Amino acid sequence: MRRTAQVIVINEKDNVATTLKGLSVGAEVSVEFQGGLQKIRLLSDIPMGHKFALKDMEEGEAIIKYGEPIGKSTARISRGEHVHVHNVVSQPRGELR
Amino acid sequence: MNFEGYRRLDGKVGTRNYVLVIPSVGCSQSVARDIAQGLKGVVYLPNILGCGQVGEDRTLVKKTLVGFGMHPNVFSVLIVGLGCEHLAAQEVREAIVPTGKRVESIVIQDIGGSRKTVALGRKIVKEMREDAQKLDREPIPLNELILGTECGGSDYTSGLASNPAVGAACDMLVSEGGTVILSETPELIGAEHLLAKRARTPEIARQLLEAVAWWEQKAMAAGENIRKANPSPGNIAGGITTLEEKSLGCIYKAGTSPLEEVIPYASYPTKKGLVYMDTPAHDIEQLTGMVAGGVQVVLFTTGRGTPIGSPIAPVVKITGNRETYVKMKDNMDVDVSRILEGKEKASSAGKRIFEEFRSVASGKATKAEKQAQRDFCIFKMNMNI
Repeated sequence: MRRTAQVIVINEKDNVATTLKGLSVGAEVSVEFQGGLQKIRLLSDIPMGHKFALKDMEEGEAIIKYGEPIGKSTARISRGEHVHVHNVVSQPRGELR
Repeated sequence: MNFEGYRRLDGKVGTRNYVLVIPSVGCSQSVARDIAQGLKGVVYLPNILGCGQVGEDRTLVKKTLVGFGMHPNVFSVLIVGLGCEHLAAQEVREAIVPTGKRVESIVIQDIGGSRKTVALGRKIVKEMREDAQKLDREPIPLNELILGTECGGSDYTSGLASNPAVGAACDMLVSEGGTVILSETPELIGAEHLLAKRARTPEIARQLLEAVAWWEQKAMAAGENIRKANPSPGNIAGGITTLEEKSLGCIYKAGTSPLEEVIPYASYPTKKGLVYMDTPAHDIEQLTGMVAGGVQVVLFTTGRGTPIGSPIAPVVKITGNRETYVKMKDNMDVDVSRILEGKEKASSAGKRIFEEFRSVASGKATKAEKQAQRDFCIFKMNMNI
């Protein structure tokens, strides 16, 4: 079986993957996502340890890593796009805020 | 599924069989050390407290020392007092007696100095050790195991490899009916509401959120805003986007089970499954609190590597950083770096960790034990007077 050595998806519910090395815009990476191996073309340079979207997301959608919301998107995010502080905002204390 | 452990008179189960020397006060620490010196199977606690603590701190010191004495990894106990301290050796002794194990106390001022006390103490612990050696391990179901989780010296590999792998191992133990302790409250900040959602009852969720609020306010009063300071600029450059993400990376090491109970520092859990203990994030204070609460084996994840160990409980080091594993081979037990090469799944690394702690619970020595790494530090809130 082919293994995905460039990126890691921690939990099956996640909608982002984390890179294990720096990857360039246009690179096609294989990701195990929703039970199958999917190919995703990167729309931005992704430095090592950073995240990209596994699917298209609307503004205000929960970003899921570790199977839990790590924040909310502040813009539309396309599959393969860099997901970081420029398009995600923290939701500290969840709904309490 | 079973492991091989020591059944105690009070029904609890040990993974080790130590004779423990406890100085009830810092002034008797060196005598306690000399009593245990060179005797295999006899260990002492490098305790510097026991006199001059006030209020809650006095309670915490006694509770922690008593917790170590009552611990099922300990066969017999010798308490060494000075004679004029706040926390008398006899007071610690009396609290341990109900376990049914042999507990003696000796007092330096009564016996007449260090030399005589060391000689008498060595005579007593040698007798205790002889009795300890007569006890054999027996098969014990894994549901009697309390596993502590901890992380320290973290790097990017912790949140991506070692913590998810340990989390998978913890879920396996919980499905066997065992107990997993998660702690280090300051590290929860930012993800506490996510852990609270997993609480079995609203009351348990409330206790967890209260514990976080206490630490946050205490840090704030000392001029530190934990929520604002994290993730740090270095974390963000490394790819961590939000505080939730950073804190979840830490919490993930205890798996995904429902939260059954929130207990104070150095307290024994009353529930099985995932239990939260309110401790500092300071590695040794956290470890000391968990062990005082009855943890029999600790799984410790690290990226940069650390030698930390406990006087009476085995600590298993797990790293996702290959370089650390090779460079600090003296201190590292399990290498899960293949997760980051895409060559192993966290779930299969979790199975290896599960087997490792089962072997360790049954007597396999950890690297920290081989290095005689016996760290001990009691958490306290106020100054000594």
